[in-house]
Amino acid sequence: MNELKTKIRIDNFNFYYGKKHALKNISMNVPEHRVTALIGPSGCGKSTFLRSLNRMNDLIEHTRCDGTVVVDNVNIYDDAIDVVELRKKIGMIFQRSNPFPKSIYDNVAYGPRINNIKEKKQLDEIVERSLIRAALWDEVKDDLSKSGLALSGGQQQRLCIARAVAVDPEILLMDEPASALDPLATTKIEELIHELKGKYTIVIVTHNMQQAARVSDFTAFFYMGEQIEFDETKKIFTMPGKKQTEDYITGRFG
Amino acid sequence: MIQKKILSASVSSATALSAFFILAIVAVVMGNIIIEGSSTITWEFLTGKPTEGMTQGGIFPAIFGTFLLVVIMSIIGVPIGTITAIYLTEYANQRSPFARLIRFAVNTLAGIPAIVFGLFGLGFFIQFVGSSMDKALMPAGQLRWGQPNILWASLTMAILTLPVVIVSVEEALKSVPRELREASLALGATKFETIWKIVLPNSLAGMLTGGILAVSRGAGEVAPILFTGAAYFLPKLPNSLSDQFMELGYHIYIMSTQSPDVEATRGIQYATTLVLLVLTFALNFSAIFLRYRVRKNMAH
Amino acid sequence: MPQNQLKKKFRLGEVIAEKVVTIVAFFSLAMITLIFVFVFRETLPIFYGADAEASSVPAQIEQQETYGGEGVQEVAMQSKTSSHDTEGIASIDNLTGTTWQPVSGKPKFGIVPLVLGSLKVSLIAVLFAVPIAILAALFTSSFAPKWAKELMKPAIEILAGIPSVVIGFFALIVLASLIQNIFGYQYRLNAFVGGVALSFAVIPIIYSITEDAISRVPGSLTEASLALGASKWETAIYVVLPAATPGIFAAVLLGIGRAFGETMIVLMATGNAAMLSASLFEPVRTMSATIGAEMAEVVFGETHYNVLFLIGSILFLFTFVLNAIAELFVRQRMMKKFQGI
Repeated sequence: MNELKTKIRIDNFNFYYGKKHALKNISMNVPEHRVTALIGPSGCGKSTFLRSLNRMNDLIEHTRCDGTVVVDNVNIYDDAIDVVELRKKIGMIFQRSNPFPKSIYDNVAYGPRINNIKEKKQLDEIVERSLIRAALWDEVKDDLSKSGLALSGGQQQRLCIARAVAVDPEILLMDEPASALDPLATTKIEELIHELKGKYTIVIVTHNMQQAARVSDFTAFFYMGEQIEFDETKKIFTMPGKKQTEDYITGRFG
Repeated sequence: MIQKKILSASVSSATALSAFFILAIVAVVMGNIIIEGSSTITWEFLTGKPTEGMTQGGIFPAIFGTFLLVVIMSIIGVPIGTITAIYLTEYANQRSPFARLIRFAVNTLAGIPAIVFGLFGLGFFIQFVGSSMDKALMPAGQLRWGQPNILWASLTMAILTLPVVIVSVEEALKSVPRELREASLALGATKFETIWKIVLPNSLAGMLTGGILAVSRGAGEVAPILFTGAAYFLPKLPNSLSDQFMELGYHIYIMSTQSPDVEATRGIQYATTLVLLVLTFALNFSAIFLRYRVRKNMAH
Repeated sequence: MPQNQLKKKFRLGEVIAEKVVTIVAFFSLAMITLIFVFVFRETLPIFYGADAEASSVPAQIEQQETYGGEGVQEVAMQSKTSSHDTEGIASIDNLTGTTWQPVSGKPKFGIVPLVLGSLKVSLIAVLFAVPIAILAALFTSSFAPKWAKELMKPAIEILAGIPSVVIGFFALIVLASLIQNIFGYQYRLNAFVGGVALSFAVIPIIYSITEDAISRVPGSLTEASLALGASKWETAIYVVLPAATPGIFAAVLLGIGRAFGETMIVLMATGNAAMLSASLFEPVRTMSATIGAEMAEVVFGETHYNVLFLIGSILFLFTFVLNAIAELFVRQRMMKKFQGI
């Protein structure tokens, strides 16, 4: 673990919904170009934690947090940080695929256009590159003007991935990206994650332990807002250090 | 047991009877006006102006005046209502005192009797704003803005219909799924970019619904324009904002209560009423249809 | 991630958008304030003692005494024959008097008959509308077969969408004769006709809010009642209605507010004579109809003008209070009731 460069360093991070203490003293180092899985029973705080990494939780009223989240030496909770610019660097894929009710092309081009890329040729290039990267290009290249909503569930989710990578992020946050998909589509997404990690640092929330075991290099186990254990996935699944982790992995609760 | 059965039957039949009574009211009112009104409506009636002391001729000036009234009203009211709805759903912190105060103001505005809006139009637009404009713009003693006209009537109506617009647009904005907003923001779009490129295009039909409902309401209200701009009889169409105008609802009121021979013009009264009904219902139904489509889309 | 790229940016567009939106949102609030200010402002001269110029009534007004419909002529007649008071200004005494004769040589501004007239017509309308609307709402939610439900929804929307001037017209031409034929009284236009016509406008309000309140009654409640062996109607009367009471109360309050403030229907259907009478079948003149009929004819700044604004202020305050009670009190109670607090 030492030879890996740390991309995100979380130190003593706490998060509160009103009076509810949702995340307690989370600390971990997320390595660059690796997949880090967050697992735990529902309500354990794993999604809240994920949404703290691109400050999506800022949108919810009456929440607060303390501690630091440092990405490449930059504390993203620093007052001088621009949240909008931050989110361009840290993309997010949601649990339910959420393409805009626009064409496939316009979905992918949404981010670049916001970044003031207007030239048709350049946009075409980005759209093609992103769709290729999301392993969707071959399926849709003949009909880019089709509505994103007309795609199948698995294709929609890959469209969302293409949309996210189109703005050139460094980190991809995925919130149970395959939970609403059938096994075949899930396999495709998992393969895609495997390919993407060469270019991006990926943090993925999943409730599916086999999935975590299959796709991730590191795994953090959350329980009741606390980070119980964080280690290499291999180690977590073969010889967990904590009793609670073992209980969860062997299906004794959750 | 028999007693219980009688009670049961009487309760359910009383409710059914009430429902039937409401259906009967609707059927009788609509039926009466459609049957009596349709016999007088001709092309000349719709396109001609009143003649022979309003006992003959058509109602084109009233149709035109109503149209002009709702157009000016919409130009003013729809943008203000839409932006207020955007504030309430997108920008306001729901628990902030300011947002609550605005919501309270909108609710209050919705409950004020139409006639009080008329008083306000008279006291504020005509007596205060209009008179001040005359003092500044016109030669001493001359009246132009300090009297009833179509501008003041339209503005009064715009305020009256403001809550209608706000409530419909709010509903439309709220129907845009949170996931779409989050997707946009997660891509690094700003709040305004998200509203402009994602929220508004996806609530366009809802905003249109709000506008149409407001127009329908504005076309049907008479009390606010009784003394802010509607005229008894004008052979000429208004060609300036400071002109008075004829209006369908006001025309019905005048013709059925004030004209020298009320009986003789019954046909005109019914026909005018039918025109107003057709106008408001055409608007209402298109709004209902649009709203239905919006809900269906959102469910998808 | 390079830090300088993440530095907080000043986005002028965002700031302007937010400011503009907030300022425009302020508009509704400003309007309410202005309505308060400008409607009340015009009533002030009454209390500061009006000026003498108001005492002479311009001739043009005399000519237009027929304005406002059939009943007004009677008032005008009365006002020519009986005139004791010499005061042209509206002292408090005068205002609380029982005679409304604003356009006579010696005007009297007693608003008591107008207030009572409004109350009378509203009461008739509400007494008529409340049982029908509530029972019909109960029908749709508890008893109706599907086709009847689907018929009621558009019917209510149509009734709610009929402009009040159309209801007034229908009452004036058809309803008045119909009711006169049934009861055979003297005046064709009267409080009863006005009240019944007004109920057409009130029914959709009470129906919609009641139906909404009933649909919010938790399904578990009705299921529990039915599971205990209660019949449909017992459940409706003993479980659903009581649970929806706060909402129904709000519905009735809003209905009263609507009835009290409605202008065109009463202006066209009540006969508009400002007389004190306990009879249902005598003409009345309501506050709203008085403003509607007389405001176009008065001279600005005259006492009559100010008194009409005073009547408007009373209307405004009354509906404001009713709405506030319906909004705040009832909604909170309804929430508390279901949360079991």
